[in-house]
Amino acid sequence: MSVNLTLLVVMGVLYTVGVYLVLERSLTRVLLGVMLLTNATNLLIVHAAGMPGLAPLYSSDVDPQDYTDPLPQALVLTAIVIGLAVTAFLLGLIYRSWVLSRRDVIADDDEDRRVATQSSFIDEEDAELPEDTSEFDDEQLEANERESELRHQREVEWAQSQKHDRENNDRDGGQR
Amino acid sequence: MTIDIAQLAPLAIIVPFVGAALSLVLFHRNRMQRVVAIGALALSLVVEVLVLAKTWDAPPTSVNLGGWEAPFGIVLMVDQLSAVMLVVSTIVSLAVLIYATGQGVADGDAEGPISIFYPTFLILVAGVSNAFLAGDLFNLYVGFEIFLVASYVLMTMGGTTQRIRAGVTYVVVSIISSVLFLIAIGMIYAATGTVNMADLSIKLAELPAGTQMQLHLMLLVAFGIKAAVFPLSFWLPDSYPTASAPVTAVFAGLLTKVGVYAIIRTETLLFTADRINTLLMWVSLLTMVVGILGALAQIDIKRMLSFTLVSHIGYMIFGIAVGTTAAYSAVVYYVAHHIIIQTSLFLVAGLIERRGGSTNTDRLGGMARLAPVLALLYMIPALNLGGIPPFSGFLGKIGLFQAGVDVATWQTYVVIAGAVLASLLTLIAMMRVWNRVFLRTPDDADFPDPVLLATTREGHWGAGAHQTVTSRNGDPAQSVSLLPRLMVWPTTGLVVVGVALTVFAGPLFAVADNAAENLTNPEAYVQAVFGAEGQPGGAVENGADDGDAGSTGGTGLPGGTQYGNGEQEGLQVDIYPGNTASPEPSGAATEEAP
Repeated sequence: MSVNLTLLVVMGVLYTVGVYLVLERSLTRVLLGVMLLTNATNLLIVHAAGMPGLAPLYSSDVDPQDYTDPLPQALVLTAIVIGLAVTAFLLGLIYRSWVLSRRDVIADDDEDRRVATQSSFIDEEDAELPEDTSEFDDEQLEANERESELRHQREVEWAQSQKHDRENNDRDGGQR
Repeated sequence: MTIDIAQLAPLAIIVPFVGAALSLVLFHRNRMQRVVAIGALALSLVVEVLVLAKTWDAPPTSVNLGGWEAPFGIVLMVDQLSAVMLVVSTIVSLAVLIYATGQGVADGDAEGPISIFYPTFLILVAGVSNAFLAGDLFNLYVGFEIFLVASYVLMTMGGTTQRIRAGVTYVVVSIISSVLFLIAIGMIYAATGTVNMADLSIKLAELPAGTQMQLHLMLLVAFGIKAAVFPLSFWLPDSYPTASAPVTAVFAGLLTKVGVYAIIRTETLLFTADRINTLLMWVSLLTMVVGILGALAQIDIKRMLSFTLVSHIGYMIFGIAVGTTAAYSAVVYYVAHHIIIQTSLFLVAGLIERRGGSTNTDRLGGMARLAPVLALLYMIPALNLGGIPPFSGFLGKIGLFQAGVDVATWQTYVVIAGAVLASLLTLIAMMRVWNRVFLRTPDDADFPDPVLLATTREGHWGAGAHQTVTSRNGDPAQSVSLLPRLMVWPTTGLVVVGVALTVFAGPLFAVADNAAENLTNPEAYVQAVFGAEGQPGGAVENGADDGDAGSTGGTGLPGGTQYGNGEQEGLQVDIYPGNTASPEPSGAATEEAP
């Protein structure tokens, strides 16, 4: 089977540029890349039909081999419509993103950042228990006690401040 | 004239579509919209149950849409796998729809702008059904696109910064996977001259091994992105948790499973000659282990669940990699189990968010006392997912392990060991959430949500335990129900269905066995499409022609010449089906192609 070399080259260029653009961080470039990729794929499907022949209108004295294969064109039509819809939606997303944050780049995922930066040390699981070298290490015991008391106090204060805030909020809400 | 029930299968696609159109027309009448949407799904569920009953132990059946015969027309295929997937997916979508309705009613969506949730949701269901029924590779692609576009809308609904950010990632990754799928279809058409899956089952096997391998891998990469198989899974935990609870639930339950379904079809029907079991085996191991290690690092319930979702896809891929009848049977059961359990867990996570104000485990505590129902609803599916006997997760895993042990290569033993490990780690992840969210007192939480800290006059926490209504902005007229019944019931229903998977494991494994029998016997599928001759056009010498064209044209593509002189007659007949007295399949002539 022979194919149209020009179309083939065009397809290759579209894929190359498309992949390059999709890998960018800017959303508009990603959109352009997606458009190029879908159109390159449409060209690929047109290639699958082989060299163009006669229009596929039935006539009894035409050899079936002379017709253009109509199926890939039907497939391409469907693919073009889907590509249009998806591009339009992506454009809407990008516009919304611009309206919200005035930025045209894909932002980092906060949760990913958090997991990446969190230490593997978890208080309730990995905290080192004070080692009991001597049964009568009073200093150590006292220090521990003081520390835990301090922590408890801080927690209580924090909880109270929370409660206070909440009451304030409630009152504000009631007044409104 | 008797109507074959299996010929009603297209209704599973048409009914949700009509429901979508109706509910779009009724956009300003919320109550009607809800009734139409739920009614449409209930109706298609009834049809699908009938179809499942009909195909219970029958060979695969083909439905020729519009009366055009394969391979020129579009066929829908009904076999046990499709029927089971349809029934399970519709049960799940119905539960999620009722849940979403409850959420909407409770939050007073009536005052909101035009409601497009219902139409979009129904289109999603229609697309998923279309993918499950497609007997044609391009129709499968169209089914994928239908539910993907609907999922883009659902994912970004509300348009908050978070959802837009996650939505862009999701949309772009999905588009890339669709483009890869479409490229694969184009190449497959160029190589074989057909997109009918039964036809491909014969013709792909005649291609040179290298071409087969390339086409095979392209399809697997495309489906692997959808199914979130290990190296292609990183988009999922980033995007799913940001959507609203019902949307995440239905995505987690259904969308990845459509990818798994497509992988099953690729392996059992399209590329029967070209096996890449070893690759799939290692990929499944990595999916399980990497996924679950990710889950352990999370503090957000929804993100943790998304990672376990990825991890458990690995089990299904493992079953596919083993590839025996017993393995496929276990895979079918496991897929059904996982759809239901994962969805109910996400629904429960939504309820937790509602009751406790967050899904961040640092902010939660004491929920077991505040909402004992919720604790029960979380515990059952959590144990189920972790594979504790006698729940269905255990049965499915045992089935998979047994199939692996029967094959008895060293790889299967390694993967089984990994699978057991992943299962234990799942249990740890689930129980850590249990301990933090349900068991500990709110005081132990790092940043407890104010709702949780309410104490009685004596200073005991848990004063809000029986409070199910809170007021918004201190205005009693704007009271919001914390646990609306319409949200709790469908969740309970789904958890009960999950338990029923254990109770009715016998019949379920029976139908899974039937499905596996048909999956490992692609000839049955081909015969269902083309009749007993097993070749399109009905003439044996045409098949030989195609074979020649295929083998000489591994690099020189036979496109355009694939219908040789021998098929001239067949082509004429099919262009003018009215001229011939070809018997049209009963019941199909009235159905329209979607």
